[in-house]
Amino acid sequence: MMSKFITLLPEELHASLQNKYNEGFIYLLDITAVDYSEYPQAKEEAYALVYIIRHKSFQEHILIKTYLHTLEIETVTDIFKGANWLEREVYDQYGITFLHHPNLRRILNHHQFVGHPLRKSYPITKGQLSYEVDDLIDEMNNRLLSKNVVCRLESGSFSECNKDLMFLNLGPSHPASHGTIRTYVALDGETVEAAVSEIGYLHRGFEKSCENHSYNQIVPYTDRLNYCSAISNNIAYVKTVEEMLGITLPLRAQAIRVMLLELSRIEDHVVCLAAVLVDMGGLTNYWYMYNPREDIYELLSKLTGARLTNSYMRVGGMTNDLYEGFEEDLKDVIKKVQYGVEETLSLIKHNRIFHDRTQNVGVINAQDALNASMTGPNLRASGVPFDMRKDTPYYGYENYTFDVIVGSVGDVYDRVMVRFGEIQESIKIIEQVMQNLPEGEVNIKDAAITLPHKEAVYNTIEGVMNHFKLTYEGVKVPAGEYYSSLEATNGELGFFIVSDGSGIPYKVKVKAPSFTAMSAYPDIIEGSQLADAILTLGSLNIIAGEMDR
Amino acid sequence: MEINTQTLPLETAITTRLDDAIGWARESSLWPMIFGTACCAIEFMSAAASKYDISRFGAEVVRFSPRQADLLIVAGTITYKQAPILKQIYDQMSEPKWVISMGACACSGGFYDNYSTMQGIDEIIPVDLYVGGCPPRPEALLDALLSLQKDLRTHTYNPDRHKDFKGLLDDV
Repeated sequence: MMSKFITLLPEELHASLQNKYNEGFIYLLDITAVDYSEYPQAKEEAYALVYIIRHKSFQEHILIKTYLHTLEIETVTDIFKGANWLEREVYDQYGITFLHHPNLRRILNHHQFVGHPLRKSYPITKGQLSYEVDDLIDEMNNRLLSKNVVCRLESGSFSECNKDLMFLNLGPSHPASHGTIRTYVALDGETVEAAVSEIGYLHRGFEKSCENHSYNQIVPYTDRLNYCSAISNNIAYVKTVEEMLGITLPLRAQAIRVMLLELSRIEDHVVCLAAVLVDMGGLTNYWYMYNPREDIYELLSKLTGARLTNSYMRVGGMTNDLYEGFEEDLKDVIKKVQYGVEETLSLIKHNRIFHDRTQNVGVINAQDALNASMTGPNLRASGVPFDMRKDTPYYGYENYTFDVIVGSVGDVYDRVMVRFGEIQESIKIIEQVMQNLPEGEVNIKDAAITLPHKEAVYNTIEGVMNHFKLTYEGVKVPAGEYYSSLEATNGELGFFIVSDGSGIPYKVKVKAPSFTAMSAYPDIIEGSQLADAILTLGSLNIIAGEMDR
Repeated sequence: MEINTQTLPLETAITTRLDDAIGWARESSLWPMIFGTACCAIEFMSAAASKYDISRFGAEVVRFSPRQADLLIVAGTITYKQAPILKQIYDQMSEPKWVISMGACACSGGFYDNYSTMQGIDEIIPVDLYVGGCPPRPEALLDALLSLQKDLRTHTYNPDRHKDFKGLLDDV
């Protein structure tokens, strides 16, 4: 199965995206480019842009492609606010210029970088040193001017318009920056007057690395996208490849994947909640929330061999079936998770400090959240009931009873409480899966996709050859382009894969939920207190690994 | 230096070498600055949480200010974009200072052999201890901490040990 594209001329792209927007396709998923210069079949032009947009019913998405005659195109930031960073990324990685973009500059690579790494002509290992950090002053000045915080004098210099501004870097090395996020803020007293965020400090070239690894070799790389819930990335990736191959998994494999997706969701939410409560000064909660996470680690290392980076999934199934006694262990872990959640809630639920620090803090309303392409718990906290498990069910999610938790205000409180609620719903799903876990195989039987049993490899020549060919050449995916996604812990996690028919993908693009959430962050915190900005960042659960890739 | 205080009268004086006394004090008062960027930082969180509990070894006062810390734990991938920041943080730490490189990425770039990832932090700053693993288990980090402590206890601190080190960013 391959995605259907609407192919447009670059000149008509802006107008037709505007039309699509008016028809209800109000949600921009992703913008990316493809460099066809080494593609085996000749294409119309060397570069194409791909836009993926979703309807407001959330049940369908469309892909729009345009072949570029020149490396220039009109920006769509006036239609979709979320396009801002996505276009910057395409500019950075492919060198395609977006005309009239408000702030077209590099985003993932450092400012001293020369060239565009995702072009096929760029050698994968050619690193370039950065000697100093971008000071972000021009970006900040534009931001301050646009918000009328400063005025430009006739002499060309700036005046602070009765404000006494202080400039401060939050991050990239900062206890509350959760990894490697830098936000440069202009403060008037404790109030954030303007903010600009810089990302890319953990840009480790995932997408380029995919272009010289076989499909199954990429699984460990996906672990390290959202490392707080590695298995859900594994599943999102192999699900895309499997759909390209047109295969359906055995029911048992589907059920195990659902169970592990939900367990990952718990694992991720637990660490997000623990961290956001620490940012608030509530260290006790950290111990209550982190201990069950350790128990999940124990369970997963027993199942997969690794605590954190599990690499459990393979194209066509998974490495091994559940072990004997898994169900009892799982029940035990769930009990501990529930205990941790109950204890934490008893500390914060009726806690005045918690309420005052979180309610009506870091608010983003539904309209803005949609326009900024936010997704997952962050979007649901703003009151938009978009959940792929309900809207476009996969792996039999339609058979399980669970609720979609939504907030009403879109503040820190809602984002925290939505996650607490989702932990409970995930537990419900896991219990239903385990009650009706189908018997049977966990891998499909196809010698071209899954590895033979070790017994056959060691004892038969056919087995050895099969094993060798599959390992050496990789799973051969039919030529074509495809986008698929699922509801990962942070929201819609999608993969856009271009295959040239070989065992190595021609291009892989991740639609990362944290990326768009982070692009909305400066707007959310402007006007709020500095301490609240810290909480807001924690509650958005930005994971640098998937944001920067 | 193990002393059973219960058998000694309170007025007892102990003679020791100054080196030993300082080493003994340093050993149990390491203040780590955690430079966590990626997956390894999550495993550091585990090492700090109750199960592994790094405070058992006297190194739980995690400081995010390099000026208040003497042990830099680099946990996670360092990209070329991040490198000048890491170097600046290292330079801001005052002597005596030590560096633990935690995880495959910090040690060697790991499996990110590409245009954006530094192939090991020892290209820009000197490293005292390497911890392998992707990510290393918390026990591995604790083991590195213990061997550093043993070194502090048994060897005289040598501030010149990285005198000849020249990193890629040192020219400018």
